[in-house]
Amino acid sequence: MELKSNVPEGPLADKWDNHRFTSKLVNPANRRKHKIIVVGTGLAGASASATLAEQGYEVSSFCIQDSPRRAHSIAAQGGINAAKNYQNDGDSIWRLFYDTIKGGDFRSREANVYRLAQVSNNIIDQCVAQGVPFAREYGGTLANRSFGGAQVSRTFYARGQTGQQLLLGAYSALSRQIKTGKVTIHTRKEMMELVLVDGKARGIVTRDIITGKLESHAADVVILATGGYGNAYFLSTNAMASNVTAAWRAHKRGAGFANPCFVQIHPTCIPVHGSFQSKLTLMSESLRNDGRVWVPKKPGDTRRPGTIPEEERDYYLESKYPSFGNLVPRDVASRNAKEQCDEGKGVGTTNLAVYLDFSEAINRDGEATILKKYGNLFQMYEKITDSNPLYEPMMIYPAVHYTMGGLWVDYNLMTTIPGLFAIGECNFSDHGANRLGASALMQGLADGYFIVATSIANYLSTTNLESVDSADQDFSDSEQQVQDRIVKLLRCSVGGPEGKLTVDEIHKELGLLLWDHCGMARNKEGLEKALSELPTLQKKFWDKVYIPGKGEELNQSLERAGRLADFLEFAEIMIRDALDRGESCGCHLREESQTEENEAQRNDAEYSHVAVWEYTGEGAEPTLHKEPLVFENVSPSQRSYK
Amino acid sequence: MTTTSINLKLEIWRQKDSKATGNFETYILTNISTDMSFLEMLDVLNEQLTREGQDPVAFDHDCREGICGMCGAVVNGIAHGPEPETTLCQLHMRHFKEGETLVIEPFRSRAFPIHKDLVTDRSALDRIIQAGGYVSVNTGGMPDGNATPIPSATAELAMDAAACIGCGACIASCPNGAAMLFTGAKISQLSLLPQGHPERKERARSMVATMDKEGFGNCTNERECEAVCPKGISISNIARMNREFVKASLL
Repeated sequence: MELKSNVPEGPLADKWDNHRFTSKLVNPANRRKHKIIVVGTGLAGASASATLAEQGYEVSSFCIQDSPRRAHSIAAQGGINAAKNYQNDGDSIWRLFYDTIKGGDFRSREANVYRLAQVSNNIIDQCVAQGVPFAREYGGTLANRSFGGAQVSRTFYARGQTGQQLLLGAYSALSRQIKTGKVTIHTRKEMMELVLVDGKARGIVTRDIITGKLESHAADVVILATGGYGNAYFLSTNAMASNVTAAWRAHKRGAGFANPCFVQIHPTCIPVHGSFQSKLTLMSESLRNDGRVWVPKKPGDTRRPGTIPEEERDYYLESKYPSFGNLVPRDVASRNAKEQCDEGKGVGTTNLAVYLDFSEAINRDGEATILKKYGNLFQMYEKITDSNPLYEPMMIYPAVHYTMGGLWVDYNLMTTIPGLFAIGECNFSDHGANRLGASALMQGLADGYFIVATSIANYLSTTNLESVDSADQDFSDSEQQVQDRIVKLLRCSVGGPEGKLTVDEIHKELGLLLWDHCGMARNKEGLEKALSELPTLQKKFWDKVYIPGKGEELNQSLERAGRLADFLEFAEIMIRDALDRGESCGCHLREESQTEENEAQRNDAEYSHVAVWEYTGEGAEPTLHKEPLVFENVSPSQRSYK
Repeated sequence: MTTTSINLKLEIWRQKDSKATGNFETYILTNISTDMSFLEMLDVLNEQLTREGQDPVAFDHDCREGICGMCGAVVNGIAHGPEPETTLCQLHMRHFKEGETLVIEPFRSRAFPIHKDLVTDRSALDRIIQAGGYVSVNTGGMPDGNATPIPSATAELAMDAAACIGCGACIASCPNGAAMLFTGAKISQLSLLPQGHPERKERARSMVATMDKEGFGNCTNERECEAVCPKGISISNIARMNREFVKASLL
């Protein structure tokens, strides 16, 4: 596997301009001759589909839900960053670039991150033009807030529903292209396989979720915009249908998978409350702008929060990190919450929670101001927990939220399979070992609206593509493989449910294994244990899973089983990657690698690289490749938020 | 959170596929924690059915945090159940009583054929948006975001309308099966904001015509849609749509 990053020559600030100039174009009249498949309709997928169709390509767009408007980007609450410097507080493209690469703990490519910061401003202009109702100041200009560890106010937002509004903007652009006929939309279709012809990505096999029918689709280029793999942990803030299947199928066909162990654990989620729990709910971390995090100083203190006097409270983030206080980056906030709970100072019925207290902010600014900022979040919290944060502090605990790892891509967002591109959360490119708040929406839309089209044109005009048809042998072979796999999944269900396990029962076991050993803090012993237990769990799945019904119908158990089968395989490279990375970095603490003050200790001498895994066949050990990270413009510093 | 458990009797609409005739089936659930969400309660039922070798109840759901608009069913005659401004996934079992019977049906409407059990086809809503629920701008070359000041109050009003999650509860609860709250919300958002002005006439005509063509009914001011809307979208958006449509047709 060759890892050529294809980062353009020249000074950092000129690379993207130079690259756009040297990239080959496709004549407008010829674009309609090229068919492009886009899998996923979240921010990245919808924006890419719309943009490519506007430019004249024939686009086929696929989503798993009943409408492209429902992709999980919709759930992002807090906001989207841009280097507009509207607040005149010292922001610039360079600062956004620097904050993002530093926030990622120097584990991403300089050139990619700089380009992201460059196009961030275009995104805001585009979304405003689409009619996205961003929050405004009384004078009519766009409002900004500071967000998750940033010392400038560069985050644009639409109440606590920024992801929804940006996605509906992209969905509206997509809808317009569906109307013109340039995009053919395929809803309730799940990608089951990637089809390669002559080593190039030329199509996909899908399963119709309503009828169970398998279908082949051919194209010149395939773009995956299929999101992250957080649901490997069973409990996460991801939507129920979010999965790794499309990316994993691509990996098994030859796409390198980068940094699979980089998983973000978000600090402000509603704590787990029972074994029946199906997902975790994130509360936007913008809450940390006004909320103060604390636990009782005395372990095992079960008094109600309001009755614990000030001097018996430990505002541990404020005391440990005086300059950032409650706004430390996500990984620092998460790890400290876990640490407090490990010390027995956790609160709530499970003792796995810390307080997020708004009383000081309410006294200072008044209820009305606080409700204007966080009203919908307070309401959401109260709905779930039956407690009102105006009168009682919130309880929060970290949860799996975002996966920085993903398919390896070069500067053009192309994977190691020619003609297969990956955009948005499903690639690894911009967030290093840790994503900053309000950066996911930025990256999804940057990739989709402003970057991928340049790459596609260059690829199409420099590649010889023979004409293929979805009736060709390569497609029918792939379809047969998918069919065989469904038969294999269903084979243990013939004798009925006696002595069998449900899909969720096995998924919960996988989730616990990963959360315990491949979560916020990891060590060699635990990771090796997880790696040795994984084959037993995989075998248990294939020998014991019970799936009611058949393949040729709407069968939600079968859908979940197929996704779990892939998570079970994927977990292996997640654990191996975590094991191989013997340093603490970004989101995760490697217990063997700590400073004297128990802070994460990065190890640039040995680990300043992207770890890229290559699939080498059923049952064979995957091969690790490394793309060294070169820093010419910034010097990696040890993060300190003290 | 005070956790208690309740026992429930469920009457759920079961329908094999779009061609089958459906019927209600009765299920007994015991020891349901009141901290569960409604969909987690259905998960428990489905795990139970699976272990008994029966076909689990098919239902749509995805984000489970009240924003994707994928979930929805009629519970005891009310779309999304008894709590105001709450999607089914955010409805918690603490709002139900010990021994209560819950009647659970799909969102019914002429324009929403049933695929299976509680899963319906709401693609007609996408087609209404495709008829004009956008500003016709291509990617690139847009003026600076601050080029056109928009009063905060206007942006807030537009946001109130834009909050629609497209779940279809308004249609399921309307005696006429009207999609006017859904359509009115999008037309309102784009007629309030200056970005939507160049196309406002064509948008109103085209979206209203598509709404009719898809088999949705008309508004007779029952206000059922507003009552069940999980995002609290006001029927003043229907009035605004009507004004836009009249202006587009007459002026």
